[in-house]
Amino acid sequence: MVAKEIKTIKDLPRDDYLTRGHGACPGCGVAIAVKNIARVLGKDTIVYVPASCLIVFSALYPASAFKWPFFYTAFENTGAVISGIKAALKRRGREVTVIGMAGDGGTFDIGLQALSGAAERNEDVIYVCLDNEAYMNTGIQRSGATPFGAWTTTSPIGKKVQGKREFKKDIDAIVSAHSIPYMATLSIAHPNDFVRKVQKAKSVSGFRFLHVLCPCVPGWRSEASKSVAIARLAVETGMWTLYEVDHGVEKLTYKPKTLVPVKEYLQLQGRFRHMSEEDIEKLQTWICERWKHHFYEEVPVPPCKIEEARKALIIDEDPLHGP
Amino acid sequence: MKVISADHAVAHGARLARVEVVPAFPITPQTLIVELIAEFINDGELDADFLPVESEHSAMSAAIGACAGGARAFTATSSQGLALMHEMLYAAPQNRLPVVMVNVNRSLGAASGIWVEYNDSMPERESGWLQVYIEDNQEALDMVIQAYRVAEDREVMLPMMVCLDGFVLSHTVERVDFPDQHLVDSFLPKFKPLYLLDPDEPVTMNPITPPEYAMEMRFQLHRAVDGSKEVIEKVDREYGALTGRTYGGLVDTYQMEDAEIALITLGTVTSTARVVVDHLRSEGKKVGLIKLRFMRPFPSDELESIAENLKALGVFDRSVSFNGFGPVFTETRNALYHLGTPLTNHIAGLGGRDVTFKEVREMFTVIEEHAKGHRVKECHWHGLRGDS
Ligand SMILES: Cc1ncc(C[n+]2csc(CCOP(=O)(O)OP(=O)(O)O)c2C)c(N)n1
Ligand code: SF4
Repeated sequence: MVAKEIKTIKDLPRDDYLTRGHGACPGCGVAIAVKNIARVLGKDTIVYVPASCLIVFSALYPASAFKWPFFYTAFENTGAVISGIKAALKRRGREVTVIGMAGDGGTFDIGLQALSGAAERNEDVIYVCLDNEAYMNTGIQRSGATPFGAWTTTSPIGKKVQGKREFKKDIDAIVSAHSIPYMATLSIAHPNDFVRKVQKAKSVSGFRFLHVLCPCVPGWRSEASKSVAIARLAVETGMWTLYEVDHGVEKLTYKPKTLVPVKEYLQLQGRFRHMSEEDIEKLQTWICERWKHHFYEEVPVPPCKIEEARKALIIDEDPLHGP
Repeated sequence: MKVISADHAVAHGARLARVEVVPAFPITPQTLIVELIAEFINDGELDADFLPVESEHSAMSAAIGACAGGARAFTATSSQGLALMHEMLYAAPQNRLPVVMVNVNRSLGAASGIWVEYNDSMPERESGWLQVYIEDNQEALDMVIQAYRVAEDREVMLPMMVCLDGFVLSHTVERVDFPDQHLVDSFLPKFKPLYLLDPDEPVTMNPITPPEYAMEMRFQLHRAVDGSKEVIEKVDREYGALTGRTYGGLVDTYQMEDAEIALITLGTVTSTARVVVDHLRSEGKKVGLIKLRFMRPFPSDELESIAENLKALGVFDRSVSFNGFGPVFTETRNALYHLGTPLTNHIAGLGGRDVTFKEVREMFTVIEEHAKGHRVKECHWHGLRGDS
């Protein structure tokens, strides 16, 4: 059976493989991403999930929210387990999409070795990194994906040091350097781009890497209703670039009209609200360099001062909000 | 019949067992196994997928993934490699995935060496894997085939570790008889998974399990390891009927009918001890030998009936729990506690040191003294330079 090509969100089938009844927080970017990826990939898929928020909210015995065959064993081995599953399915003559869905910790940090091994061997699997920019499952600790300045429980706002001092690791460049057939970055706020990339990943064979930015309500100290808006601002401010590398050819899939100052993005999230002007400028400089790298355009640093600061959406009384 | 090393015997065993997916990472003294399997595959002598993974952690992860996907999975490792797999070992038993792995025993950690010691595999007896210890190259080949029959038995469905002495076996050549492929095929049918990752019948394997359920699952695993005893004995008998070679199942005995004292051994030391027993017998001493084959399941009842009438019993260990005894001794004392048999522990061969005829004789001397009612130390280190 040849599946219909899914080009836009309108073509997206309605059948869910991550069904209702899971335990994700309202507004969870991971849940939104997984649900929609599953809709594109459809029935003939097997999913492996390492230790992360996703395992805890989707598969708690005796219930499971996945209608796909599901497997979990540990934290750092997504690349390896999916290699083994695929090998077995190939031997059984089954055309099945094997997908691993790991968090940023399970990808950027502890899972990097197995990811690199699988990419280097060009295993015929899809590896998805659900990037919520910290170890959320263990209570918001910093990861290699956490942006500069962000508060986490292991990059606290101290008297001497405030927030994370290192910039986000460029995992996409690392993965692309393995010369894999397909790599793409995704945003839950750009659904047509999102489904097109997942569809493309499905149609290609060999190692495919999808990297989704997934806002996390308690971890980012944000409003549940604002997850998609925050994801969109991440793209508009250059904190997240939408692009793909298809068989070595890099292509930007969306370009913001102008670069929105990062402050607009930061002020929707409690994890950044302690940031000094100096630190914001540092982050802005980093963004401008990335922008130049991706779009070959210089932007003045800082690109703009915020004329009229919008009211930050932080609710002080809520224990979830503000470190 | 060929003259080959135990590592190569293992590779032939895996070939005859028609393993399907082999994720592997090299480590001395295991390398010869996976090198030969890779050759079999590239020469078209074995229809399997070789996954040259980037670590042992990934080798075990991929083997577990392959088994969950319905393939017969094989891997081999040693020492540091087994330690790196430690985390992953626990996934196979509780998910009832019958992966078979050969561990070529080698010492672990500082005072590093590549020579035989059991302190790599012994700690893993808490993982839920079945564990067999091998005496010679023929047994190495035969046990890989038997291991799949046991592991994949519907009453068992557990992973199995075949342990063999680094260098003493792995790199030493002996005559090995190959069973016919069609004989092996009749003995070992194609792997039929109990649970399987299949989109036509989706199952959730290994969800997070809260305290309300986890304990019962552990209990089921506990019973499965216990229950594997019968299957191990049965499979060994069946294999014997086909090939003429049996190994005694969980334990094998030598000169035990009228023995008054005996020594428990495992691995290659058993061969040395057999010669010592012959010598002592020729001197008129009523000595015997108990070859312990399995550490998991531990043959407590079997040892009890064998040891019932002994005046004293010694236990050989090639690993040690510091400030305690060797693990084989600890388990044996547990099993025989109510018999009250005088027991001594004999630690030797650590870090790959040779265990000689003289030292095994020394062990029997201590056991004999003990049998006479003389006071002896409970734990002896044999072959130490300087004082012991
Ligand atoms: C070897 C190991 N170390 C630590 C842990 C504890 N642990 C479980 S999930 C997790 C963090 C997961 O973070 P990430 O991969 O970013 O996923 P998220 O929960 O944020 O979605 C940690 C540290 C573990 N399970 N295994
Ligand atoms: S903590 Fe974050 S990632 Fe985890 S379920 Fe909640 S919103 Fe999703």
